[in-house]
Amino acid sequence: MSATAPAAPPLNPPIARGVVTVTERRVVAEGVVEFELRRPDGSRLPDWAPGAHIDIVLPDGTTRQYSLCGDRWDAATYRIAVLRESAGRGGSITLHDSVRVGDVLGFGGPRNNFRLAPADRYLFIAGGIGITPIVPMIRQADLLGADWSLLYLGRSRSALAYAQELSAFGGRVSVRCADEVGRSELAEWRPADADVRVYACGPSRLLDAVEAWGAAPGGLAPKTERFTAAATAARSAPRAAFDVVAARSGRSTTVGQDETVVTALRRIGIDVLTSCAQGVCCTCETDVVSGRPDHRDSLLSDAEQAASACMFPCVSRSLDSRLVLDL
Amino acid sequence: MTTLTSRIPASDLDPFSDDFLEDPLTHHETLRELGPVVYLTRYDVHAIARYDEVHRALTDWQSLQSGAGVGLSNFNHEEPWRPPSLLLEADPPRHDAPRAVLGELLSPRRLRALEGGWRADAAELVDEVLARATEFDAVHELAEAFPLRVFPDAVGIGKEDRHHLLPYGDFAFNAFGPRNDRVSERAKTIGPTIEWIGAQCQRENLSPTGFGAQIWEAADRGEIRPEHAPFIVRSLLTAGVDTTVTGIAALLHAVAAHPDQWDRLRADRTLLPRAFEEAVRLESPVQTFFRTTTTETVIADVVIPADRKVLMFLGAANRDPRRWDDPARFDLSRDPSGHVGFGMGLHQCVGQHIARLEALALLEALLDRVESIELTGIPRRHLNNTLRGWESMPVRVTRSV
Repeated sequence: MSATAPAAPPLNPPIARGVVTVTERRVVAEGVVEFELRRPDGSRLPDWAPGAHIDIVLPDGTTRQYSLCGDRWDAATYRIAVLRESAGRGGSITLHDSVRVGDVLGFGGPRNNFRLAPADRYLFIAGGIGITPIVPMIRQADLLGADWSLLYLGRSRSALAYAQELSAFGGRVSVRCADEVGRSELAEWRPADADVRVYACGPSRLLDAVEAWGAAPGGLAPKTERFTAAATAARSAPRAAFDVVAARSGRSTTVGQDETVVTALRRIGIDVLTSCAQGVCCTCETDVVSGRPDHRDSLLSDAEQAASACMFPCVSRSLDSRLVLDL
Repeated sequence: MTTLTSRIPASDLDPFSDDFLEDPLTHHETLRELGPVVYLTRYDVHAIARYDEVHRALTDWQSLQSGAGVGLSNFNHEEPWRPPSLLLEADPPRHDAPRAVLGELLSPRRLRALEGGWRADAAELVDEVLARATEFDAVHELAEAFPLRVFPDAVGIGKEDRHHLLPYGDFAFNAFGPRNDRVSERAKTIGPTIEWIGAQCQRENLSPTGFGAQIWEAADRGEIRPEHAPFIVRSLLTAGVDTTVTGIAALLHAVAAHPDQWDRLRADRTLLPRAFEEAVRLESPVQTFFRTTTTETVIADVVIPADRKVLMFLGAANRDPRRWDDPARFDLSRDPSGHVGFGMGLHQCVGQHIARLEALALLEALLDRVESIELTGIPRRHLNNTLRGWESMPVRVTRSV
């Protein structure tokens, strides 16, 4: 192995897809834990770009979305940062209180509804844990030599994840905390110039206010990322077994917890053509006759996932005990 | 260099010579069996011809970049012959936005809108060909004619002078190789073709509903830079014609040369998608691409220094016996999933679903009308530094009764 290059991830990752192992957990702010996630065999994870999120499937089937906030030049590692929300629906509490290094979690995606479009100038606005998708955006804007600034809002400095790392950017980063300066006057930050692209993530109230700015004359409207309860489907379990039926022949088989739909179908002589085998290339797109797919691809929008007219059997599974496909 | 290359098997094969391109298969085998990494003395590059190594090189964009060019020329040190592609010759992060826009535009879900029209066009073309003769050149009459009939309209370019499209693609794919005669001779006359292509990419020359106009609309929405729009349209025109022609010709050759597999297709049309994938695996229309090491990179325990060109033999990987049983067989019983004919990873052919749609529409139209198809002479190769295609393929068909 060379001294200068990181070890290349193993070739041709085995079938065990759709799960990651927690390889590290680290407190990055008051109430915020960062999880480092890798495949059990350390092989490459699907590629992503700033703004992307993954679905995390907890052992009880609860599914939550988390923005990826790591470094995509490290192909084998994802990082997410999770705020413990005591008044939430329980996903973050489980992650904080019960998920340890070595635990295995299901995952889907990554998907990206918050892509960073190319621009010469950016204003990033983060409210609290909304910093997570913004961190890789900032690294990228900086890498490309763009003129950017960050407004980072929060209750108190101790609760702001990555504030220390971000302070290295000096005057580009403005932190405003309620316990230091009172409620920030957001309106002062509205860019006057049309060429400044605004990206904001954080609590709904903040995003409502930023969206209300609209587009500067000749410019484009701010882009925002919201994680709402409505966007999360209930799931069965990270790897529960289910039956898959090929409607045209009526043949069926059970998809075991450690295999893909494609592998199971192959066993009964039904080949689905695949290519990437990780839900990014579209080759295996298959129409759904009945049953609710557990989408794990990077391709379908939220609306398309909800409609479930099709699915990608190289990675996606089933929420129901029986999934009927147009095969 | 000396200490390094002395530990790696070396070969003086020239993968861009007429001899190699006429019959690459035995040379591929030689390269595959020499070792996982072979040093090509003639071009001072490392080459990989086995499936695992090619798959890894295609997906590992962090170590093996495209931004320094995917041909022999290293853009870190040499001037490209044209402004580099924003897709093929770019890496993250600059690659992100153009790829996202094209990936969405050319997704199977979006292409469904074109499917009905293309099927009708394929039926019309096959009817026209059969009305003229039952013996014809399958390359000219079908493999070239069909993409040229549907794709330029789908992009929305002008109706005049479309004869430039094939020579442009041919030149661009030659230019990934060394400056041999295929490049330097044609460079003398390619000027007007490059100019014509450039003009087609401008907004005012594109029909309002085609892919081209939709790329410009993505620029209006701020998803890509407006000054990048013409280059993204150019990518469609560079990579969307000769490649599909070659892929369709590969499929036609495979079914004409294997009557038993043609009969299986006639009996079971559900095998059609597999037939195309298997033909792409077997023939690998795009034979080679290069990457450039971003840092000292280890491939199969071979240390390759930074800023070195690595030549990937996609065609050899697609026939690597380590990955495929009886790899030289065109076999509809085989699952060709995972072939690297369209590449792999974040640069995987963004137009692959267009290629599939075109090929399947045409073959379906043929299956509807023709009972048998056979070669009536020895087909002739079209030599290109990157593409493995046919110049002519004489066939005879028997019309269905």
